Amino acid sequence: MGQALQRAAQWTSAKGGSGGKLEFTKLNEELLNTIIQWIEGFGAKYPEEAKLSFKSPLTWPSSLRADMLSGAGYTERGEEVVSEAQNDKGDHPLLVLKKSGAQEYMISIMNLEYAEAVLRMASEKKLSEVRSCLEANRDPVVNMLGERFATVEGDDNSIFRFIEEITKEIETLAKQSVNAENEGNTEKQAEIEMKKTQLKLRLQLLRLDQQLLNQSIISITKDVRLTPVSVDGEVSILKDLSGEDDDKCVLDSIEYFGDGYVFKNGCRAQPWRQLHGDICYLVVKPHDGDTMYITANTSGYYLNNGLDPMKAGDLKYTKVGDSYKDLVTLLKDKSPRFGELIDKQEFALKVRDRDHDHVIDHGGETRSYTEEDDFTHRTDTKRQEKKDKDQKEDKQKQNATKKKKLSPSLKWKALGMEEYNEDEKKDKEKRILRKKRTPTQLKSKTPMGAEDSFSESSTESEEEEESIERRSETNADLPSEYWQIQKLVKYLKGGNQTATIIALCSMRDFNLAQETCQLAIRDVGGLEVLINLLDTEEIKCKIGSLKILKEISRNTQIRRAIADLGGLQTMVKILRDLDKDLKCLAAETIANVAKFRRARRTVRQHGGIKKLVGLLDCPNVQGTLTPDMEKDVEVARCGALALWSCSKSKKNKEAMRKAGAIPLLAKLLKSTHENMLIPVVGTLQECASEPSYRLAIRTEGMIEDLVKNLNSSNQELQMHCASAIFKCAEEKETRDLVRQYGGLDPLVALLANNSNKELLAAATGAIWKCSISAENVKRFQELKAIDLLVALLNDQPEEVLVNVVGALGELAKDPPNRAQIRKAGGISPLVNLLTGTNQALLVNVTKAVGQCAEEQDNMAIIDKLDGVRLLWSLLKNHNPEVQASAAWAICPCIENAKDAGEMVRSFVGGLELIVSLLKSENKEVLASVCAAIANIAKDEENLAVITDHGVVPMLARLTNTTDDKLRRHLAEAIARCCNWGNNRVAFGREKAVAPLVRYLKSSDEMVHRSTARALFQLSKDPENCITMHEAGAVQPLMKMVGSVDEDLQEAAAGCIGNIRRLALANEKARYS
Amino acid sequence: MPVKGKRFGLKRQEMANRAELLCKNKRCHFSKQEVERLLQMYKEIVSTQTNELKVRIRNGIDRNRFRDLLHQNFGITEDHLMDKIFKAFDGDNDGFINEEEWVLGMSVFLKGTLEEQAEFCFGVYCFRGDGYISREEMYQLLKNCLVKITHEEDPDEMPKDLVEIIIKKMDSDHDGRLSLEDYVKAVKEEKLLLEALGRCLPDNNRKTVFLQNIADVKDHVY
Repeated sequence: MGQALQRAAQWTSAKGGSGGKLEFTKLNEELLNTIIQWIEGFGAKYPEEAKLSFKSPLTWPSSLRADMLSGAGYTERGEEVVSEAQNDKGDHPLLVLKKSGAQEYMISIMNLEYAEAVLRMASEKKLSEVRSCLEANRDPVVNMLGERFATVEGDDNSIFRFIEEITKEIETLAKQSVNAENEGNTEKQAEIEMKKTQLKLRLQLLRLDQQLLNQSIISITKDVRLTPVSVDGEVSILKDLSGEDDDKCVLDSIEYFGDGYVFKNGCRAQPWRQLHGDICYLVVKPHDGDTMYITANTSGYYLNNGLDPMKAGDLKYTKVGDSYKDLVTLLKDKSPRFGELIDKQEFALKVRDRDHDHVIDHGGETRSYTEEDDFTHRTDTKRQEKKDKDQKEDKQKQNATKKKKLSPSLKWKALGMEEYNEDEKKDKEKRILRKKRTPTQLKSKTPMGAEDSFSESSTESEEEEESIERRSETNADLPSEYWQIQKLVKYLKGGNQTATIIALCSMRDFNLAQETCQLAIRDVGGLEVLINLLDTEEIKCKIGSLKILKEISRNTQIRRAIADLGGLQTMVKILRDLDKDLKCLAAETIANVAKFRRARRTVRQHGGIKKLVGLLDCPNVQGTLTPDMEKDVEVARCGALALWSCSKSKKNKEAMRKAGAIPLLAKLLKSTHENMLIPVVGTLQECASEPSYRLAIRTEGMIEDLVKNLNSSNQELQMHCASAIFKCAEEKETRDLVRQYGGLDPLVALLANNSNKELLAAATGAIWKCSISAENVKRFQELKAIDLLVALLNDQPEEVLVNVVGALGELAKDPPNRAQIRKAGGISPLVNLLTGTNQALLVNVTKAVGQCAEEQDNMAIIDKLDGVRLLWSLLKNHNPEVQASAAWAICPCIENAKDAGEMVRSFVGGLELIVSLLKSENKEVLASVCAAIANIAKDEENLAVITDHGVVPMLARLTNTTDDKLRRHLAEAIARCCNWGNNRVAFGREKAVAPLVRYLKSSDEMVHRSTARALFQLSKDPENCITMHEAGAVQPLMKMVGSVDEDLQEAAAGCIGNIRRLALANEKARYS
Repeated sequence: MPVKGKRFGLKRQEMANRAELLCKNKRCHFSKQEVERLLQMYKEIVSTQTNELKVRIRNGIDRNRFRDLLHQNFGITEDHLMDKIFKAFDGDNDGFINEEEWVLGMSVFLKGTLEEQAEFCFGVYCFRGDGYISREEMYQLLKNCLVKITHEEDPDEMPKDLVEIIIKKMDSDHDGRLSLEDYVKAVKEEKLLLEALGRCLPDNNRKTVFLQNIADVKDHVY
């Protein structure tokens, strides 16, 4: 019976432990009854087995009282009542009833005979007796026959094992008994007998076990327990039927109780309640009566005691009343009004799909219920009432059907559209219905719930759904185009080639750029037909269809629909066609459709990139062309157009490169036609985000053409060229090429174009990147770019500003330009931009301000405008890049400001802030902050303050870095910070010295210089000298004394001097 | 056999001369070689016509043979259109296509300019020969274009509707019928309308195959 108890019985706590209780379920009750029957008949059938003593007693808290055991065979022994009979070893009475509390007794039994006796005594309480016995002994077989009979999951529990084991034992015993003489013999014989009975009992138990399992399987198959999914389903249906209107809504409201958190297993109840089988709690407000609190348990729905007044947000979980298998039945019982209303819903409920089968059942059940009601209360008044109700209902039904006929959406049904549209249509219908909830639409309201599952599966974007909504409002009076297009689509479907072409041509006469027409084509199922036409052999049909698709695919919703219908695959196939017109149209349509990621992926996955690149291959693009060659050029143009769209995905760029697009693009770039150049340059600038393309653009000599086209009269072309240069000019060689081909002049000229912001952004970006090269800066100087750029600092969109400021920052690296920026009045707008929020802009602005602050005069203005404070406040920015560039910018400010120390002190909390940035994880931030601290530490008072803020240990902690930039500034900061109090000693104590010595091995001269300086400062403390000496600082320092850098020489020499002096003093001390 | 060879030579010479002559016609888009091959074909076709018809061999290809040709070589299957195409080929309206009609017809049929082909199609559609395509003619041409939808109340409605579409699209002088000018103009605007009222030109694939066939004259065993 172990198996059955483990598997079939329903325990409340999910896993093991002695605390588990058997649930009060029908299944458990049945199991217990079977067990009782088995025990009660056992003694009579198998007297021997019944008398077999258990290995250890079965003990459980019993409801039996001592007085019930009075009579023969029982003796009282203090607090216990024991049976006179003892087990066969004679050390334990077969039954013990022990008092364990005031009214509580524990009972233990030693064989099944007494188990039977106990049940007899318990009479009507025997069920609870067995229950508590099993609860206390989860595996009673262990007690009865010993540990080795325990039910172990995964172990071999078959009878054969036991038979084998026991017969083996009997055999050994038999052998022993043969060998043994005289009196021992009988003992062994008895033992053999006992083993045999043991085996028999075990077999009986196994039979019981099997019986129980079979029984439970039968009842389990009948009994479907609630799951979170089924509960959610039921609740969501009722939710849809709920509302304030008590004429048509079955409930006022139905809500989940609690904070709405759903656990992974779908339950909403707290984990400790899930142990009791609770799934979730519902708060239901019917139209009549009070709010009900319902527990959804795995065993069913039941009412609980509602809100706990003691604990807010908690319920009193105790069960009240019966539990129900479904929510509707429970609510019907509790709220008559609900019962009445739900009955009216039954027709609606029938339309549910298979997933909601159980709900249909409710409909049926519900009906039978009312009939029963009728039957029982067969009074005249009741009947009258019912009649009235029926009549009312009938009328409503009629109204509803009438209404349905009138509703515009239903007309669509008659058109026999394909499934796709059915869904679409239903969606719309649903929306319309939501909009106008009139009482007569009670019936059709329910399908709404069912169709929620439809809309869930649709992957349409938010935007798309909105536009459906918009359309559905105007649904009642559809434009005449709609009906005409519908008719044409019908001809497309049902016509031969001639009719199809006539319909296609006629369709093209509509204004296909208009959204109404585009969506009408989709809504009447035209897209499928158009796409199907692409699969036919009829070239004219294909051309006609593509001409329409090309136009309507400008609409985002249509694009998605085309992709969903697999149109891209077909169009990719068409790219291989011999007909050039067809190829062009397919490529152009792909260009339109591939504006979103999924479409671009589809094109790639179906080998479209390769084919599109193939289209680019046209023999001649320059000079006079024959009509045939012009066609080729047109094909190439369309291919470039499609690739332009596709090149927005990284993987596509890679695929294009592999397909050999670059040399072909380079060739097409020589063309003189704008409509060819725009897609080509567009593709190039899109691809230039990849380093491999940048390299190729440079090496294939495309820079020259790009520069040449900067002088074009077409602004779009200029924009793409500038933006390609912007992206390519990350590399120095490219920047030089741009200059060599004279590209800087047209770029500066483009700055005058204030109205086209995109162009302006691209041009300023190109200038920014180009001005990274010093030679280019000179040219820009000659072209007076600074004045133009400064003029752009006002009233420009951010994308322009980022580039303008970036360019100014680069240009300001050249000292004369700094003055030029000031003269042009650029300082003040730059400082103003420090208050912005755009991260990219802030990085550039701080850089530019930092560069400008290198000059005293500029610094005066910045100081006057309180720019340093603004910079300082940017240290609080959460973007590390901004933090770093702000800290870098602060350095020249402190260097060049008059009375810098006072200025820094005036920032409340500023020093603490900057010291705290030493905790940053970003190397650049750390380096910049170290640089800033080195500057701050020049002022003694500030140094004192930052020392108090714990700058020394923080710097010391950073010394283990291997980053040369950070090392350099860190050493500088340490050198400066040594100048206060016992900071030198403190650095030594914080073990900063030895790592610093290692810096001397770095390959960076700048690191050497600042490290030597730091070591010189530190060597003023004798302890540090010892550490340095031990770390082997002398050797590298000796080398550095010979450096050409005077600073380094001096610092290294000073350091060695200090070490030497200490050694001398030591020697002196030793010998004196 | 020298005699036969001589005859052959003569015949060939004759054919070459005729071909050259035809090539000079400005409506002929074929090369001389192609014309020769076409003439050979013509001969073959005529010679395979049944005995009874051989009597009138000089008259040329008859209607049935031509229909077979259209069917086999160009995949044109519609009954009424095949007859009309025959009529369009048969310039002198004698019920037979002679050599000249054959070559010039094929020239338009296979290699004609857009305008020529538009004229050709117009000629096919305009079977009454009054220079106009009327609504009635269009209806006759289009009535079989659509799959009959049984539950539709009026089965005539759809072809009528197509006729109205054509009129709307192509009738630029608004006289309710299509003149040649109307037709050519509309086709020039929209190439797809070339065969607006039914297929009467070969499709691309078959055209290419046929043209290749007549270009490979050298390899052809004569």
